[in-house]
Amino acid sequence: MALLKIDNLSAGIEEKELLHGVTLTVSTGETHVLMGPNGAGKSTLGYTIMGSPEYTVTGGKILFDGEDITEESADQRAKRGIFLSFQNPIEIPGISLSDFLRNALEEQTGTRMKLWDYKKQLKAAMEVLQMDSAYADRDLNVGFSGGEKKKAEILQLLMLKPKLAILDETDSGLDVDAVKTVSAGIAEYRKNCDGALLIITHNTKILESLHVDHTHVIADGKIVAEGGAELVDAINENGYENYVGK
Amino acid sequence: MKQKTQVDDIDRERYDFRFDEDPEAMLASGITPEIIEEISEEKGDPEWMRKFRLHALEIFARTEMPNWGPSIAGLDMSNIVTYIRPKSRMNTDWNDVPTEIKETFERLGIPQAERESLAGVGAQYDSELVYHNVRREVAESGVVYTDLESAMHDPRYAEMIRTHFMKIVPPTDHKFAALHGAVWSGGSFVYVPAGVHLEIPLQSYFRLNAKGAGQFEHTLIIVEDDAYLHFIEGCSAPKYYEAGLHAGCVELYVGKRATLRYSTIENWSKNMYNLNTKRAIVEEGGRIEWVSGSFGSHVSYLYPMSILSGKGAHAEFTGITFAGAGQNLDTGAKIVHAAPETTSHMDTKSISKSGGISTFRSAVTVQENAINSKSSVSCESLMLDGLSRSDTIPVMDIRTDQADIGHEAKIGRISDDAVFYLMSRGLDEQRARAMIVSGFADNVSKELPLEYAMEMNNLIRLEMTGTIG
Repeated sequence: MALLKIDNLSAGIEEKELLHGVTLTVSTGETHVLMGPNGAGKSTLGYTIMGSPEYTVTGGKILFDGEDITEESADQRAKRGIFLSFQNPIEIPGISLSDFLRNALEEQTGTRMKLWDYKKQLKAAMEVLQMDSAYADRDLNVGFSGGEKKKAEILQLLMLKPKLAILDETDSGLDVDAVKTVSAGIAEYRKNCDGALLIITHNTKILESLHVDHTHVIADGKIVAEGGAELVDAINENGYENYVGK
Repeated sequence: MKQKTQVDDIDRERYDFRFDEDPEAMLASGITPEIIEEISEEKGDPEWMRKFRLHALEIFARTEMPNWGPSIAGLDMSNIVTYIRPKSRMNTDWNDVPTEIKETFERLGIPQAERESLAGVGAQYDSELVYHNVRREVAESGVVYTDLESAMHDPRYAEMIRTHFMKIVPPTDHKFAALHGAVWSGGSFVYVPAGVHLEIPLQSYFRLNAKGAGQFEHTLIIVEDDAYLHFIEGCSAPKYYEAGLHAGCVELYVGKRATLRYSTIENWSKNMYNLNTKRAIVEEGGRIEWVSGSFGSHVSYLYPMSILSGKGAHAEFTGITFAGAGQNLDTGAKIVHAAPETTSHMDTKSISKSGGISTFRSAVTVQENAINSKSSVSCESLMLDGLSRSDTIPVMDIRTDQADIGHEAKIGRISDDAVFYLMSRGLDEQRARAMIVSGFADNVSKELPLEYAMEMNNLIRLEMTGTIG
């Protein structure tokens, strides 16, 4: 059964419609790539799936595990197992990464974790991402470099183990080594959870170490091409020219 | 035009005169010399204290109400007398305690006996057992921790109290200092001998139920040279009194190279006028560290003052104020640099919500002789909605050009992006907001002992869910 089914979805900010009837299906265990030029609506789609109040759905619906979640708030969706890795993670002063993540984990699972078990898990996940353990006690994202912020997002992915992970431009602004580390984190998630990935990118470096099942190309708020991993290569070679302005 | 000003001045003088002499005016304020005599007798005051009270009453009668801060017009002065008269305490009924207070006790998990005591009704909460152990450990280190009334009658401390009582906060300071001088009751006396480092913090919490403590209590702490003390005042439970006025006084004497940390979490019930005066004087190389969380009361005037009287003395003030619906909290801190090379730092946060008003006042004075002194003030405000208000009023009086002074102020709101970010990790909107606000308040929670920091976070969460206040 489809894990995520987006059915003819239109959405936008206030009066301006940014997505025009997007349809897309993701099943458990699959890796999907959403590509497209700047301003095509990639992030809008990611935010709308997560339930950002900034975007209003004007048509169509979103189904998750067969249930209509179009009207649900972001926290309800998170509890169902949807995760969004932010392109620009927000700095929250006064709350440590570790405390925050433990709160989120307890909130999602509905059970209290033993501090010791939690710390052990956290440490292991940080090692995968080659994060300095000192970051656990630092305020969430405050003063983190761009790379550390992205790693902190993947750390949350590894700890929260969602059913569906949407990664919004997780590779942007990272150097080659950091991309490798982040990719290793994503591979770890793949290995540990029978989840699904929807990777939003306009770059393909991050995809090199992953097996891509489906590629969707979005332009001007519409899906304009669908295919397998080969579509990524085609775009690498020719860019988006064939899809833009149609 | 200028004449008009003169006319105003004359008018006020005449008013003062009339007020001073008219016994009815005194009655209108609810308090007479007879009542003061009665209090004094009940307490078995020494003669000097009886005279002190009567003198303070005279000052009270001739001093005007403050006219520069939040309105205290709603304060029923004639009602005060019903509280301060001996034997009229503890006359409220548990059934009269407002539901919101009861709910808060419930949510904070406070035992029934203690709830009644905090609400000013019922029998004394039996904290003696806990307190007894603390007391033994404290006594072994040579530290004196007792209530002020007993200390005043103890020949070992009587003179110490006479020479320190209301010396840094004289009754002439303002109207409510005078009132305090006249009617004070209960409170703590702490004496830490030279060189003694008391590891465990002393907590006035254990004293809340001492007779008459809580409303006009006087705290007098003397920390001798090279000694260390952490004193914690109050607790997170809302304290409820019918009379609606708190005019306490705190006087702290910090010796050479000594350190005193004074922490407060204050959560008066929301009918209270909290007109409290706190002051510290710090000698050469000494430190005063204030940690202050203000959550309760209807109106607050609270500006702990540090007088840095010795070379190299240091003052630190870390505070948070949370003003919700119907609250007008005017808080801040004052620092007087009165000696060379003195340093001070203020770090305050204020939060206002649901129409609450929060005003931060800082006053830094650097006297002429205080060369090479340093002071930095940082205040941040968070407004949780469009109804609330937040003001910052910094005052600086710098009399030497050889001083380093800094001031920084920021006002902000909770960003929708931050709320969404936390919600996307499974926290509901209220929790997300509460978490952001707790994070904002972490300058104070970081400084508090763990159980108090947790209480404070609980309080913030309660305030944020809007179930109380």
